[in-house]
Amino acid sequence: MNTFIKDRQNQILTKGKNDAAIACGKASVAGSVSQRACVFCGSRVVLYPIADALHLIHGPVGCAAYTWDIRGALSSGPQIHRLSFTTDLKEKEVVFGGEKKLYHALISLIEMYKPRGAFVYATCIVGVIGDDVAAVCKRVTRETGIDVIPVMSEGFSGTKKDGYKIACGALSKLIGTDTTFKAPEHSINILGDFNLAGELWMLSEYYKKMGVNLLAAMTGDGRIDAVRKAHTAQLNVVQCSGSMIGLAKEMKEKYGIPFMKVSYFGIEDMSDALYEVAKFFGSDEMMQKARMLVKDELSKLLPALQKYKQELEGKKAAIYVGGAFKAISLVKALRLIGMKVVVVGSQTGNQDDYELLQELCDEGTIIVDDSNPNELAEFVKQTGADLFIGGVKERPIAYKLGLGFCDHNHERKEALAGYEGMLNFAKEVHASVCSPVWQFMR
Amino acid sequence: MLLKHTTDQVKERKALTVNPAKTCQPVGAMYAALGIHGCLPHSHGSQGCCSYHRSALTRHYKEPVMAATSSFTEGSSVFGGQANLMTAIDNIFGIYEPEIIAVHSTCLSETIGDDLCQMVAKAREEGKVPFGKHVIQASTPSYVGSHVTGYANMLEGIVKYFPEKTDERLRQINLLAGWVEPSDMRELKRLVGLLKVKSVLLPDTSDVLDTPMTGKYEMYPKGGTTIPDMVSMGDSMKTVGLGDWGTRKAAIALDNKCKVPFDIVDLPIGLRASDRFIQALAKAGKVSVPESIADERGRLVDAITDMHQYLYGKRVAVFGDPDNILPLIEFLLDMDMKPVYTVSGTPGKAFMKRMEELVGKQCPEAKYKNGPQADMLLIHQWIKQEPVDLIIGNTYGKYISRDEGIPFVRMGFPILDRIGHSYFPSVGYMGALRILEKILGALMDKIDATSPEESFELTM
Repeated sequence: MNTFIKDRQNQILTKGKNDAAIACGKASVAGSVSQRACVFCGSRVVLYPIADALHLIHGPVGCAAYTWDIRGALSSGPQIHRLSFTTDLKEKEVVFGGEKKLYHALISLIEMYKPRGAFVYATCIVGVIGDDVAAVCKRVTRETGIDVIPVMSEGFSGTKKDGYKIACGALSKLIGTDTTFKAPEHSINILGDFNLAGELWMLSEYYKKMGVNLLAAMTGDGRIDAVRKAHTAQLNVVQCSGSMIGLAKEMKEKYGIPFMKVSYFGIEDMSDALYEVAKFFGSDEMMQKARMLVKDELSKLLPALQKYKQELEGKKAAIYVGGAFKAISLVKALRLIGMKVVVVGSQTGNQDDYELLQELCDEGTIIVDDSNPNELAEFVKQTGADLFIGGVKERPIAYKLGLGFCDHNHERKEALAGYEGMLNFAKEVHASVCSPVWQFMR
Repeated sequence: MLLKHTTDQVKERKALTVNPAKTCQPVGAMYAALGIHGCLPHSHGSQGCCSYHRSALTRHYKEPVMAATSSFTEGSSVFGGQANLMTAIDNIFGIYEPEIIAVHSTCLSETIGDDLCQMVAKAREEGKVPFGKHVIQASTPSYVGSHVTGYANMLEGIVKYFPEKTDERLRQINLLAGWVEPSDMRELKRLVGLLKVKSVLLPDTSDVLDTPMTGKYEMYPKGGTTIPDMVSMGDSMKTVGLGDWGTRKAAIALDNKCKVPFDIVDLPIGLRASDRFIQALAKAGKVSVPESIADERGRLVDAITDMHQYLYGKRVAVFGDPDNILPLIEFLLDMDMKPVYTVSGTPGKAFMKRMEELVGKQCPEAKYKNGPQADMLLIHQWIKQEPVDLIIGNTYGKYISRDEGIPFVRMGFPILDRIGHSYFPSVGYMGALRILEKILGALMDKIDATSPEESFELTM
């Protein structure tokens, strides 16, 4: 087996050997076993955590079935987002159109579930058969008073990243629709955190301790009414740059709300995320509180990390995740527990992300865009990695190769953000890398 | 409560499926293709389809699942996906070196009118398929049928391509498996072995999706039906298809192509379906049933006898795929249980007829439905109307089980939250014993957890 697809050579580089700019943002080569998903997937994961909204998937059954409650985005209240609704299109609708079916589905759903809003996702064939989804949504909004927002996320119409943009477009239709609300002082929105394993709750606790008010989280533990008010915040704090930066830019333009990019993963980035917000509000008191908080957390965390660091020192890690921004945080966090990153890649990273990664990584680290299982297996072999960090499709491959694994995607079971998350991360990595199971491998 | 919106008011729904009891065709085609050796499934559509199917299978089997995609773009959806498929075939044979590419279509490629048959023929003409390598195809639009029919279509695609009829008739039978687990495939082979019948099992996902841990990653594990075996199917004495939905199409195609007569029996789930399976094999292979199999059956009957006082009259809700749940319902009835509610998202008129035959006399109060709107919402609403003692179905039953406090046995696809299905079979007498054990375990765990102190029992 050749392992490497010819056209992909410029999407792979080794730091210190070939430091040319990596090619990225390319469509996957037809016939590759790509780990990437589609536009619909991108939109669905961004909007999914809005818990009091209907998420109706307009198309044949599959797209609804595969995205039914698969993302551990927790809600402190309503749970409508965890159900699966589909128009379940059949041959008849493919020929005669599915608008009628969509209309009836929306009407019965709104009656049954009394949601605060609704998103209608158009999947691949909806555009092709020519359904006017927007018109149906408009009609239902008029008749029911519930905002029904079309999400035109046909799978083929780009990459997962384009799906993020479309989801942001849907949010932007809601933002600003609460015209009476006045935000209290020091209010922020958090963009790009999805409350996986309750991470958002941890973050909002940190900010609360500093005297910062969380107005709208987009979209972790999200609520339609909070999104409506989001335009009144004084600052947008954006994580996971890939998915939400577009919305932050738009809100800056439209409402004059500045934004900052942060990461909540690892000690340095987490602390920066608090300090930067304090700096922004120019409040000494807030900065003081942030410093206290960080000091307090670190005094607990650092000693607790020691024991894991000792045993992980010098072990090697391979990273392959959705967004490159996350990869950057991971490199730093792994360093903190003594580990060295030997392979790092992402599905959707951009030029800036990859440059940052190149700068950050050690000599000899392999950096890759839109990789596939064969490549990844080969890289891991070449570099002798002990740990793989990835998502659902990478886990069994890592295990087959005899590597420890940490899910840094939506199937994480423990919070990995924040200080508590850093300890969870160390524990999880340690447990997997140092598991006794590896000794039984033939 | 996650399902707090569900009420007992069942309203006619024309246009909506809530919490589906099925998924779409392509994932079935992908699973069937994984059961042939050295095969790389290929999804002709958008990238997301392939990614979702691989994830779904990976979550269920906890194994790497490889498949390629045509990676449709805006352009392909306008001009057709032919160019994508040509490039894909080139790339796949060039890089991943499978013996076989099994292409299935998607809702998108079908809607824009891509004709896989013609495209694959063109690829052959243009020399894109290297000598000794193969490309097979199946039409599996997501707006028709369900994952079960997708599985059936790929199985049909396989037998239309490989089996050859020569002058020599082989003393072997073809065994076409409906959608069951790798452990079940292994068990089917063991039973056939005990009967001393030579057979070809198609597909065969054992040693593909239950591979041992060796520290090596094999893109094409050692399992799967081989090409010579599939070719030889054309000379077999007989075909036995296990499950009407999954295998009838393929059995007919094989009969048409190579004149191999066929019998369709149920998947051997439960006592009587296993009896019929063993009889069908014995008849097809012209052998008698060995004592060891009779003993297995005897042990199953013995276990049911020992425990029947705990089973009598228990009300059960069942959901899943027709080939799997019809024999299961028969088994429940044979154990004196009452399968009062049944749904299956997979369409097909035969389902209602078979259900009527099964429950009509023995459990006249039973409600059942299949096809669109036969979903998890409906079965929950029925349960709200009058509760059950047990739910049997795939992982998605856990919401109802938790909300209503009803014991739950996981069977079917997908199982996302437990292991076991890959290792312990549910087919044959041993499989039936496992089903019985799980049912009793679930019922008795609830008794133990909820019985008042004074009636809490040590011996059961």
